[in-house]
Amino acid sequence: MAIEFTLNGKRQSVDVPPQMPLLWVLRDTLGLTGTKFGCGLQLCGACTVHINGIATRSCGAAISSVAGKNVTTIEGLSSDGAHPIQRAWVEADVPQCGYCQSGQIMSAAALLTRKANPSDTDIDQAMRGNLCRCGTYSSIREAIHRAARYAGGSKVETGGAQ
Amino acid sequence: MNAIQKLDRRSFLKTSAAATGGLILGFYLPEHNQLQAQSAAGKLNAYVRIGADDFVTLYIHKAEMGQGTVTSLSMLLAEELECDWKKIRTEFPGVDPVAFGPMQGVFGSMSVRTSWEPLRKAGATAAEMLVQAAAQKWNVPKSQCRAENNSVVNLTTKERLSYGSLVEAASKLPVPQQGVALKDPTQFKLVGKSQKRMDTPAKVTGKTTFGIDVKVPGMLYATLQRSPVFGGKVKTFDAAKAKAVPGVKQVVQISNGVAVLADNTWAAMEGRKALVVQWDEGPLATTTSGTIRKVFADMAEKPGAVARKEGDVAAALSTAPQKIEAVYEVPYLSHAPMEPLNAVAHVRADGCDVWSGMQIQSIARETAAKAAGLPPEKVQINTVYLGGGFGRRGGADFIAEAVEISKAAGIPVKLQWTRDDDLQHDTYRPASYTKFTSALDANGMPTVWNARVVCPSFAGLRNGVDRTGVEGIAEIRYAIPNILVEYHPPDVGIPTSYWRSVGYSHNTFFTESFLDELAVAAKQDPVAFRRKLLAKAPRMLGVLELAAEKAGWDKPLPSGRYRGISVVDNLGSFNAQVAEVSLEKGKVRVHRVVCAVDCGYVVNPAIVVQQIESGIVYGLSAALRGEITIDRGRVQQTNFNNYEPLRIDEMPVIETYIVPSTNPPGGIGEASTPAIAPAVTNAIFRATGKRIRKLPIKPEDLA
Repeated sequence: MAIEFTLNGKRQSVDVPPQMPLLWVLRDTLGLTGTKFGCGLQLCGACTVHINGIATRSCGAAISSVAGKNVTTIEGLSSDGAHPIQRAWVEADVPQCGYCQSGQIMSAAALLTRKANPSDTDIDQAMRGNLCRCGTYSSIREAIHRAARYAGGSKVETGGAQ
Repeated sequence: MNAIQKLDRRSFLKTSAAATGGLILGFYLPEHNQLQAQSAAGKLNAYVRIGADDFVTLYIHKAEMGQGTVTSLSMLLAEELECDWKKIRTEFPGVDPVAFGPMQGVFGSMSVRTSWEPLRKAGATAAEMLVQAAAQKWNVPKSQCRAENNSVVNLTTKERLSYGSLVEAASKLPVPQQGVALKDPTQFKLVGKSQKRMDTPAKVTGKTTFGIDVKVPGMLYATLQRSPVFGGKVKTFDAAKAKAVPGVKQVVQISNGVAVLADNTWAAMEGRKALVVQWDEGPLATTTSGTIRKVFADMAEKPGAVARKEGDVAAALSTAPQKIEAVYEVPYLSHAPMEPLNAVAHVRADGCDVWSGMQIQSIARETAAKAAGLPPEKVQINTVYLGGGFGRRGGADFIAEAVEISKAAGIPVKLQWTRDDDLQHDTYRPASYTKFTSALDANGMPTVWNARVVCPSFAGLRNGVDRTGVEGIAEIRYAIPNILVEYHPPDVGIPTSYWRSVGYSHNTFFTESFLDELAVAAKQDPVAFRRKLLAKAPRMLGVLELAAEKAGWDKPLPSGRYRGISVVDNLGSFNAQVAEVSLEKGKVRVHRVVCAVDCGYVVNPAIVVQQIESGIVYGLSAALRGEITIDRGRVQQTNFNNYEPLRIDEMPVIETYIVPSTNPPGGIGEASTPAIAPAVTNAIFRATGKRIRKLPIKPEDLA
């Protein structure tokens, strides 16, 4: 039976097994490959997306659980990399291999929506679920502080809103 | 939208060239530096192409796994070509031994080191030819023309001709055979200054194509059930339940296990869970970490192959007033790049296409050809971005598997490893065991450096020694008169290979910890002790002094904080690290790491800083928690809950100080990994008085 939800601002219907994780629906069924697979057990954060604005590991979210909800992926965070977090990520030149960065960015964007001016402790708590084997953590911290400084940037989430 | 066009480099170049013309310059790395201009229709072993559209394309015969090669190499070219930085495009070419040599790929922190001269020469030569073409057009002497910002300027009339408008004429000119003058580094405009990475914009929008993102028409998604025991074989299997899983299309057996093919990755994973396989577990089924350690320890009691011998160790030991002995050991480690391994393969009767993130394309092609039963020329290798490599993607076992599955199934497949596959079927950083003996003279200075190294071999033996086993112990820079380093290669059946910084990843921990022990035995300050022993090693001494100074080595620390130092030279670079730690609730907390690095001439300082931080985090993850253990021939670790890398809340403040240098560039991607573990454990010794001789650090080490 088809499952309907909102994906990056548009109605989406998929006909897949209800227990299929959102991660694989996004990647294999819908071709949105910006969301990454890292562990399959919600331990690394590479697959982080927003479900109703909350940073969520899509590898652990059965597609049936997102029926009727708003899902935002890295592709929907902005159309052109203009989200404050993405701008800050470019300014701080955060990525190395880049594989974990979609997840890092989605976690950071959700943090800024919750807390316009996060402390280092806030950042530790919000970001400790996102692993980076290249060790870009200090740049991530710097970029989140930088994004928080962009006036008004933290309140807007373009593309993913209704 | 994710389908990748078949990137046949030859037809691609022909098409592009036919459409736009262009100046194509080919040259050979790293063994030869010959430059050869190609007309558009000529033999296409090109590296650099300047199109009539003004765009410059650099064919990078390497791979980008985060180390910044795409950016650094483009900078070297742009500097001498005087081209618009923003107009450089990069492509990863197919395997071409004629153009790119027998080992096309990225390993040993070599990219900048081997490209430093040739890429600048290529840029300078192309610029020279464009200047000549402009001079002919204007009918003026060459000296009146200058290459500048993607065009040639007539210095008298101030007229400009764009590179694109000159490439056709330039491609007809002979290539200057006399050495084209390269800039003096003081004239560099781009190189030597921090530049933003070229790959960042795509990586913050999810647009970069990694191996896992490749999709080709008609492709199925595959997972592979391998023997849980190293070396085990399939006895029988029952695919009925697996085939009943919705989405599962085929189940095929290959040499390394049983593959489940489905119309999406998740179905392939679910199908695999339903598979019933009986294994012939083979001779390793009783192997444990304990049995392996016993093999190592027994070997360490016997003389081994000589890796380095100077002076007379036995004589020096017999007369020494003070002897010091210690045994050091480290476990197997997994690479665990964030992107689990994967490869797309399409085997046909007449050829094979492979798409994957791989470090060494030459090995990938040979391996794929063998698995497909085709000559290497029939295998097209397509390199995409790597979601981390760290040495793991230097092998091609995962590519061979994908090729075998495609061949058996008769369709294109993407083989996707899971995280437990990654941890349980890695080619591991070997466990290692070293027994040291040293002696101090009456002045407290060491007279003996005696080590017996037991470390599995994977890079081949020469005179009984695999240098990857002894590097960092045999090649010490410390002035010690009597040296004997011996080596044993135990064969215990666990697959091993290169892991970021290779032998230094364990041997620097051994060497720098044992040296610290000697300093303590000699009742000397660790920095002062090293300073004396490095008097004739100026670059080692330079980083030691700089790190000590910046860390405030002689200044008091807040209560509960302790410092440790270590220093290393590897891959043509030198670095010293001071770690500042405290012990809290049975755990070590690393607050600050000061790293001084001398890596010769620096192409992009920002990337050097990135790589120093990256290497330290990688080494620190291993020191604090990294451990692969074996029971009944199986790896016990399954995911990031029991093989847990460093997280952001454990991240120390890292300060990197670069020693200005005009020496040729050294390697940087692996430079900083080795020194962090001993810097931390030496600091812990200051706190507890207890020497840590085994990694990872355990709670009982901190009591």
